[in-house]
Amino acid sequence: MKKILTANISGGTKISGYEALKKTLSMRPEEVAFMVERSGLRGRGGGGFPAGLKWKFLPQNSRGTIYLICNADEGEPGTFKDRHIMEFDPHLLIEGMVIAAYAVGAKQGFIYLRGEYGWIAKFLPKAIDEAVREGLLGDNILGSGFSFYIDVFRGAGSYVCGEETALIESLEGKPGRPRLRPPFPGTNGLYGKPTLVHNVTTFSCIPFIIQNGPDAFKAASSTGRGGTKLFSISGHVNKPGLYEYPMGTSLRELIYEAAGGIKGGKELKAVIPGGLSTPILRADEIDVSMDFDTLAAVKTMLGSGGIIVMDETVSIPRVAQKAARFYAHESCGQCAPCREGTAMIKLLLDRMVNGQGEQDDLDQVMRLCRYINGSTICAFGYAVSLPIAAMIRKFRNEFEALLENR
Amino acid sequence: MKEELKDIINRLAERFPEKESALLPALCYLQNRDGYVSEEGMKSVAVILDLPEARVFSTASFYSMLNLKPEGKYIIQICTNVVCTLLTENPLLEYISNSLGIREGEVTPDGLFSIKEVECLGACGYAPAMHINEERYENLTFESVDEIIGSIRKSELI
Ligand SMILES: Cc1cc2nc3c(=O)[nH]c(=O)nc-3n(C[C@H](O)[C@H](O)[C@H](O)COP(=O)(O)O)c2cc1C
Ligand code: FES
Repeated sequence: MKKILTANISGGTKISGYEALKKTLSMRPEEVAFMVERSGLRGRGGGGFPAGLKWKFLPQNSRGTIYLICNADEGEPGTFKDRHIMEFDPHLLIEGMVIAAYAVGAKQGFIYLRGEYGWIAKFLPKAIDEAVREGLLGDNILGSGFSFYIDVFRGAGSYVCGEETALIESLEGKPGRPRLRPPFPGTNGLYGKPTLVHNVTTFSCIPFIIQNGPDAFKAASSTGRGGTKLFSISGHVNKPGLYEYPMGTSLRELIYEAAGGIKGGKELKAVIPGGLSTPILRADEIDVSMDFDTLAAVKTMLGSGGIIVMDETVSIPRVAQKAARFYAHESCGQCAPCREGTAMIKLLLDRMVNGQGEQDDLDQVMRLCRYINGSTICAFGYAVSLPIAAMIRKFRNEFEALLENR
Repeated sequence: MKEELKDIINRLAERFPEKESALLPALCYLQNRDGYVSEEGMKSVAVILDLPEARVFSTASFYSMLNLKPEGKYIIQICTNVVCTLLTENPLLEYISNSLGIREGEVTPDGLFSIKEVECLGACGYAPAMHINEERYENLTFESVDEIIGSIRKSELI
């Protein structure tokens, strides 16, 4: 199996060859962009938007300022992929950013690093300095005449800042509240200038695509589209950790082969396939190909690839309660349906789990989920309502038992 | 002191195309220096970066890692998100809370520790996890927690 992203992970940090960058600098920017487009690369930040298409929203061949932002805010519960790329192979990310900058004509890039990743904030600038010293970043990169700079910006604790427009607000020294779109960051982003935002892992796929070609990238997936995928596997498995597998690997294989099966020989109950914000799957639903389209067809999402495995001992209402607390805490508060809805859902689930629920509470939570869904500025609304509604729909008897036994 | 702060913040601002971007780094600097972000500190930052005070206050209060009141010298940040609490209800939070005799949000009388409940720390594969100030601790057990807290106490005796 081809490792695109984690080949260096056991070798510790080292300056890789930057061969893809050398090749990039011998090509025209639009040729580079075309390779990325043909590779079918889709954003790894959770939305899965085609990267090549996103690049087309930027002004083409313009001499104006374009900013590049790497979203390293990784806050989606269940996810720890970007962290490991930055820890073990920061040069892969840097190289990917320089190539993207060359293709779209950006001169300045920022890595928005989540505040909690303090240890990464210490050494990422060192990796950047290394690249600058080697002439791979900064002024006149490898004598090509192309210059690009990267600075690390550290967040200060906010889940919603992972949303790209909230992230831009945060970079501008404001509270991280998502912006109304349009206009999109591609035309009005950081300081009102065209801005390209990608996740750490998205940028890190680019060197492989340039070096080996779009077809090699596609071939690395089991669906023929879309490369490999990093899966953060956690919960009740024997070997939790980060795994790189072909896009389209079955969820069963990831749980039972990669992660060594369920801990203590227990039965599997449920799996959250793509980070807490993606709808839950029952144990009988895990024969599913882990790719964007297949998961969408079964009404869940690939999301960030954070697979949370839960054995038979887990109480789903408790998981729902934890999730509700998280969303209520992290709502930025600007849209009333999200602010009030998450607070109400938390309250209702708290009292249900504590044995004080009222008969109508469950339907009330479902109504609130429907009310939040689609009525907010950013996708946070979906991130709350879809997973909680799915837990109730698929494990309704557990919630009802709480109401009956009170 | 004021002049020094001005220099430092101006240097932070030089890194960015627009100096307003230095606000969050400046607030983080204050917290590192003083242990929290004081009202006086925020007022100075507003003057230095030429921003309305209200803007500085609203930004400072938005981010959960910024403390607007004094905390313990060691802030124990315990993840209570889904994966870290899958096994039982908040076992780590409860355990640490009992062993220090304070609840979440409180500071020990000697000013050494405070406890904060935090969201997923990106360590779910190595759960349960916590941070103490900037240090990261994973795969925790009650024993390892005792050891960590014990060694901090010892280091404070010297
Ligand atoms: C509430 C919320 C939180 C998000 N958190 C993250 C995050 O932590 N990291 C990330 O890369 N994208 C996150 N996103 C998605 C970003 O808005 C954006 O789509 C992404 O950074 C684009 O990068 P990509 O094209 O590489 O996927 C979040 C979105 C929402 C609505
Ligand atoms: S849930 Fe605790 S680190 Fe992710």
